[in-house]
Amino acid sequence: MADHGYIYAVSRIRSREQQLLTTPFLESLETSGSEEAAIRLLNEHGWGTAGQSAEEILEEEGRKTWDVIGELVKDLSVFNVFRCENDYHNLKAAIKEACTGGTHPGIYVGDGTYPAKKMEEAVSAREFAALPERMREPAERAMDTLLQTRDGQLCDCILDRAALEATRDAGRASGSDLLALYGELTAAAGDIKIAVRAQRTGKDREFLSIALADCGSLDSGRLADAASDSMEALAAYLDTTAYSGAVEALKKSLCSLERWCDDLMIEKIRPQLTNCFGLDPLAAYILARRTEIKSVRIILTCLRNGCPDSVMRERVRATYV
Amino acid sequence: MENLGIFFALAGAACSALMSGIGSAIGVGRAGQAAAGVVTDDPSKFSKVLILQLLPGTQGIYGLLIAFITLTQIGIMGGSSDISLQKGLLYFAACMPMAFVGLISAMQQSNAAIASIALVNKKPDQFGKAMIFPAMVETYAILALLISILSIFGIASL
Repeated sequence: MADHGYIYAVSRIRSREQQLLTTPFLESLETSGSEEAAIRLLNEHGWGTAGQSAEEILEEEGRKTWDVIGELVKDLSVFNVFRCENDYHNLKAAIKEACTGGTHPGIYVGDGTYPAKKMEEAVSAREFAALPERMREPAERAMDTLLQTRDGQLCDCILDRAALEATRDAGRASGSDLLALYGELTAAAGDIKIAVRAQRTGKDREFLSIALADCGSLDSGRLADAASDSMEALAAYLDTTAYSGAVEALKKSLCSLERWCDDLMIEKIRPQLTNCFGLDPLAAYILARRTEIKSVRIILTCLRNGCPDSVMRERVRATYV
Repeated sequence: MENLGIFFALAGAACSALMSGIGSAIGVGRAGQAAAGVVTDDPSKFSKVLILQLLPGTQGIYGLLIAFITLTQIGIMGGSSDISLQKGLLYFAACMPMAFVGLISAMQQSNAAIASIALVNKKPDQFGKAMIFPAMVETYAILALLISILSIFGIASL
């Protein structure tokens, strides 16, 4: 049954989709030769204006996405699945700032579900009860860990896991199949990346049990067992799951794996290009914009640092249109 | 009891106009939202999307036509309105195809019209093809209109 709640919004988004970056356009950016030339091409496409830096352009494009979505959807809480990761980024920043002392402007990001300023105040005063309920326990545990062990990585792991689980649950709570899938894939992709990095750096089973989030499509216990054993065992386990495609990417590099995770999401949202009803085409547009901004950031960074074409191509994501 | 014949005949006419009208109002309203979304970003597509928006509106006109014919036949618009209970029920039954098919086909046609508006938005040169998809749904509204008209005129000659 068609959901007729977002007909106008989906129609507006269909118009906006025509301005999304295509694969040939990204290829022209890759072959533009320099960051300046790539920025000129982006300016001609409507991204930023002459004189703006790459970071300013990308930041503005990210803001534009939420401006248009905010214009079309009155209650943005339906997209909490995308916004809650910003909350955990801010929580991480607030905890580290509180533990190291002093203030560090620019470390907080907007578009979260909870104001960064309030989070900063709550964490610095150790008033965790002022935080949203599901953030209280991981925030307190992460801060205690950092203060007692000075192990920033362990603190990050606690909060990253909490962020993955919050994303997964926000997806399930949204009532949208696509957002639920996004939450699940984000948690699963996060777990796979953590497992691979942990295996490469020789982390033990205990670390993995702290770091891996529970998700429906992966058995975190078996993933931890495999990752603490060997890369072959990890690949063999992944081969038995819905993420068997990751094994090939894993053999190439960690960058290929990250790209594979993003490309999988793009592949899953592509059917929304022909869906005229409901929230899902809007969610797909947000994801498409995030992915293209990520690709442009990769290209501009590679051009700035004179990286070879092969490095760029290995990292640039698939496009939605 | 003696007025039940005219009551049922009138109820049939009312249902025909009412249900087809409701279907068309919902359909045109939904297609209008999609059309407005397109025109917000590209006002040059107004005429194309307006035609697609109006397609689910025809069922309301068919319902009105059936209601008008029925009212004429049963003497509400002039002449004798002495209708037996049996004839009243027959008129009621004759109006039902248009009432139900009008309601459902208008809403389904609006879904097809919304999809076609999205098509025109992306490929304005495909307007002709885009028109055909919602127009196919119209077939069933026309069939219902035809059967209701034939039935109403058939009852008169009984």
